[in-house]
Amino acid sequence: MYNQTEIIKDTTDLGPDGELVINMGPQHPATHGVLHLVVTLNGETIKKIEPHLGYIHRSIEKMCERLSYRQFIYVTSRMDYLSSHINNTACALLIEKGMQIEVPERAKVVRTILNELTRIASHELWIGAMAMDLGAFTPFFYAFREREMITDIMEDTCGARLTMNYIVPGGLMYDIHPNFQTKVKAFVKQFKEKVTEYEDLVTGNIIFQSRTKGVGVLTAEDAISYGCSGPVARASGVSCDMRKIAPYDAYDRVEFDEVIETAGDSFARYIVRVKEMNQSIRIIEQLIDNIPEGEFVGKTKNVLKLNKGEFYQRVETARGEFGVFIVSEGGTTPYRIKFRSPGFSNLSVLNHIAKGSKIGDLMATMGTLDLVIPDIDR
Amino acid sequence: MFLKDYISDVYNGVASLLKGMRKTGYYFTHSKEIITEQYPDNRATLKLADRFKGEVVMPHDDNNEHTCTGCTACELACPNGTIKIITKFDVTPEGKKKKAIDAFIYRLEMCTLCNLCITACPSDAIKMVPNFEHSVFDRSKLTKVLNKPGSKIKEGIE
Ligand code: SF4
Ligand code: SF4
Repeated sequence: MYNQTEIIKDTTDLGPDGELVINMGPQHPATHGVLHLVVTLNGETIKKIEPHLGYIHRSIEKMCERLSYRQFIYVTSRMDYLSSHINNTACALLIEKGMQIEVPERAKVVRTILNELTRIASHELWIGAMAMDLGAFTPFFYAFREREMITDIMEDTCGARLTMNYIVPGGLMYDIHPNFQTKVKAFVKQFKEKVTEYEDLVTGNIIFQSRTKGVGVLTAEDAISYGCSGPVARASGVSCDMRKIAPYDAYDRVEFDEVIETAGDSFARYIVRVKEMNQSIRIIEQLIDNIPEGEFVGKTKNVLKLNKGEFYQRVETARGEFGVFIVSEGGTTPYRIKFRSPGFSNLSVLNHIAKGSKIGDLMATMGTLDLVIPDIDR
Repeated sequence: MFLKDYISDVYNGVASLLKGMRKTGYYFTHSKEIITEQYPDNRATLKLADRFKGEVVMPHDDNNEHTCTGCTACELACPNGTIKIITKFDVTPEGKKKKAIDAFIYRLEMCTLCNLCITACPSDAIKMVPNFEHSVFDRSKLTKVLNKPGSKIKEGIE
């Protein structure tokens, strides 16, 4: 670990063998937030990368310990803000499991649809931002056009665009908007037409391919030993989809494929995300016409109290496996709460896969890990 | 062989770039399909979703009456102390004492718009409205008293 003065000293001194230490971030357009990488270079070759965290630490876990089981859910939207629905779902599922709350079928199906919409929105934003990191500005706008349709659906049904807080223990906060089904169908139709545009603009592009193919290769063994999950691990051939391994909500009744690539490079991670969007569309299509009628929230007590014990629930967010662990003393607030965020493990692999490559490739490698800093640094 | 590879690489590269450029050109000539909104010029026609969570308000009817009983359920439900309810005791015409709100203090700068207070309220006294232009020059303007001056509780609400 460096302390502050060492960082300043290192940036001005050339080390013994011509090493140069540069600080990338905390304010850097490609670090998407406040990630601080201390990169040791030998010429243009990366010798070492040390991520420094703490710039956006809000002590969320400690904060949750004084909030009740209804209140703490909204905080988790502020962690991985691009999968806020999925984070909320994880917390709600844990409480439902711990208290044996019956969730109505309608709520389960709507939750699944919303989770998949969130996943598409997150991957869309990632594709746009990733292409922008590599110097292509146009795809950003194309990706945002489709993402905007999703945020419109979210706005109508949940009342917010990013931090929804729509999922409560037992079901949903309120019923879906009457136009929910028509809007989702319109989105599915448009998405299927327009997804070819990404293929033309990005996937087939020779510059994009040569900047990502063979860059930042992660082997399956390393993916497992570093605890990677989500598209990062699946691009290396590791099967780790929580929706398949431990189905929750309505995932056990839908058909979809777990997307697995074997190359392990940045391009494979890109391909996994594009294919995953198509799988999400497949899930939505199976469910959207079959939303069961009935209650949208199950019967719950006014004051929620978890039994004494330890509880864990994991879900698949757009970035990987997200886990919530609660130790309860039987009171109305958690005794201890711990989140397992996918981004943290995915970031830890960065030094390993970027070492030895050129500094220009760092952008592609880091971009395809899909880091959301508030998720890493809670 | 080398020359053949080289030429086919250049050909494929240029073809992939032109394929992308064709899409850009398509939207350049089809400007109707562009969906950018011109805020704030479109303020008059801008319509936000009716459920959009923008601000907590307390609706009053024509007689300046609201339905808040001062039960403080919303204050307890709020995760971050945004709401503070100051109660007083009104004397009814029959001479009985009745609890009522003196001030419903709402700090917009602290509100996370999580909607928990609205779902907690047993008498639907507060609701969310889609206001989003909240910028003011002084932070103190964000602390609001939601019950209007002189307002009282509607008849028959307990
Ligand atoms: S919306 Fe949430 S944060 Fe705002 S006043 Fe209501 S409960 Fe408090
Ligand atoms: S707004 Fe509703 S919950 Fe809050 S004090 Fe008034 S009646 Fe009670």
